[in-house]
Amino acid sequence: MKRRGLFFLQLGFTLFVCAFLIVPMILSIMAGLTVNYFVGIESGLTLRWVMEVWNGYRDTIFLSIGLALACLAATLVLGIPAAYVLAKRQNALTRAIEELLVMPVAVPGLATALALIVTYGSLSGFRTSWAFILVGHVLFTLPFMVRSVLAVLMAIDLKTLEEGAASLGAGFWERFRDIVLPNCRQGILAGSLMVVTLSMGEFNMTWLLHTPFTKTLPVGLADAYASLRLEIGSAYTLVFFIMIVPLLLAMQAFAKPRPAKFVAEETE
Amino acid sequence: MTGTGKPVSIALANCAKTFADGTRALEPLDLAIHAGETVVFLGPSGCGKTTTLRIIAGLEEPDAGGKVLFDGVDVTHLPIEQRNVGMVFQSYALFPNMTVAGNVGYGLRIRKVPDAQVKARVSEMLAMMQITRLADRRIDQLSGGQRQRVALARAIAVRPRALLLDEPLTALDAKLRDTLRLDIDSLLRSLGITAIYVTHDQAEAMALGDRIVVMEHGRVAQIGKPREIYQRPATRFVADFIGTMNRLTGTARDGVFRCKAGAVAWPEAPATATEILFRPEDIRVAGSGEAASLQGTVASAFFLGDRTRLFVDVGEERPLVIESTARRDFQHGEAVGLAIDPRGLLVL
Repeated sequence: MKRRGLFFLQLGFTLFVCAFLIVPMILSIMAGLTVNYFVGIESGLTLRWVMEVWNGYRDTIFLSIGLALACLAATLVLGIPAAYVLAKRQNALTRAIEELLVMPVAVPGLATALALIVTYGSLSGFRTSWAFILVGHVLFTLPFMVRSVLAVLMAIDLKTLEEGAASLGAGFWERFRDIVLPNCRQGILAGSLMVVTLSMGEFNMTWLLHTPFTKTLPVGLADAYASLRLEIGSAYTLVFFIMIVPLLLAMQAFAKPRPAKFVAEETE
Repeated sequence: MTGTGKPVSIALANCAKTFADGTRALEPLDLAIHAGETVVFLGPSGCGKTTTLRIIAGLEEPDAGGKVLFDGVDVTHLPIEQRNVGMVFQSYALFPNMTVAGNVGYGLRIRKVPDAQVKARVSEMLAMMQITRLADRRIDQLSGGQRQRVALARAIAVRPRALLLDEPLTALDAKLRDTLRLDIDSLLRSLGITAIYVTHDQAEAMALGDRIVVMEHGRVAQIGKPREIYQRPATRFVADFIGTMNRLTGTARDGVFRCKAGAVAWPEAPATATEILFRPEDIRVAGSGEAASLQGTVASAFFLGDRTRLFVDVGEERPLVIESTARRDFQHGEAVGLAIDPRGLLVL
């Protein structure tokens, strides 16, 4: 009887979570595929809205993908060495830097964007290019890359591994290439996953930083919701899912961790 | 010889080490290690033995004024990757991103040795360490003892000029330690390589070392062959750290040392002696009818199979430790007569 009660409790909780996590998602997708949302599904299914999104907002999709990849490249180049230095030199200064890196996540995106505009807004070539948005995205996503790589570097005995490689004749770059990078692969992949998805979905900062010519997917989505039919906005969401879900799955597959196991001594 | 290049002689001149926080890890040290010799640095943790090893390896630089010489050539400022030394770490430092064969061959690949030669050398090393069947395993699929063998194979594969071992057996259980100690001993003998072995285990030091450097508080307490260190310890610290030492306090006069429990005949006794020291094997329980120089009572008796370890109270601060092979069942509180071999007596 007790177990039965527990089962229904768990079922109830699961359904409750689904009601807020999965049901709205499905309804939103359906809305993007219905002929008329207010009439309902009886009005029939169509790809018309998806095509309209594709024709009207194609550029925002490509810009978002491009931005996410550029942001990933930047955070890899900046974040991995930063994490390496933070892991190698544990002192008050590096701990302070580690905390400061997280600031753009804690501070509202609008505030960061405003600060960027106040400082660099007058450089018109820069202000109107997508690089301006990229700067904001890198500021926002960098801590996620640094933190996940740092977590892995702290978990392995980096110092001894490097000393081991050095004792075998490996210089700094060889050690970095052969020992450091492969052993923080998990952290790099996890960080990349965060960076790409965060950059793709970032709205706060981007909304202030964008110009009519540098509109990203989420900004376009806001446009669509605000000024067009609800069906188009929903179709837009669907397009976003189609882009982001395969990406997430691919990266998850890459980042599959290996289970460590205990090995008993063998008697010979 | 399957092993290495020509063994190197190593000299430390005036090597001290002060860490950034001001801690003095090593007082100025001079030391000469002969080519092909196995030297063991022995001491409790914090005595400076690992620091000395790391200075020799090139992982630390000595304070200004210190010098490290390999075959007379100054290598003080040469980083470890250019010293061509093999190193075995306490935690093994095996690369988790490579297989066993990958680990063993890494140093050769760094040296741009052609693939075929790397392969041949790796198989040779794996065969020598009897781990051929582990070649394709990942590191996390190995037991502690197997990791130890991989670490040794990896260090030797590059034909280093010297082999440096930092507490290589500490992480293993006692039985495995004994087996691997034998293996390491025959390995070092067959390679004829200059080897420096750091440990806090005196049994390991005695078994492996051609010479032992006993260290205490960043200073060398004594350097010598295992037998010298054991039989003629230079300081009370060495006497206590290596093996078991018995003590009797009293006064010496006319070739006799008198203490609470009796008198020990010792013709060479220095007149100033107030304390004499001796090993458990230099004292025995006197047989019936035999003259006993000391009288005591059994405080504890541990039957160990081949012998019985007795703790005999003789009115001193600590009971005497005696290894008795007598086929006798000692009782707690039993009175025993003791005979001491004066050849084993020491004054420090």
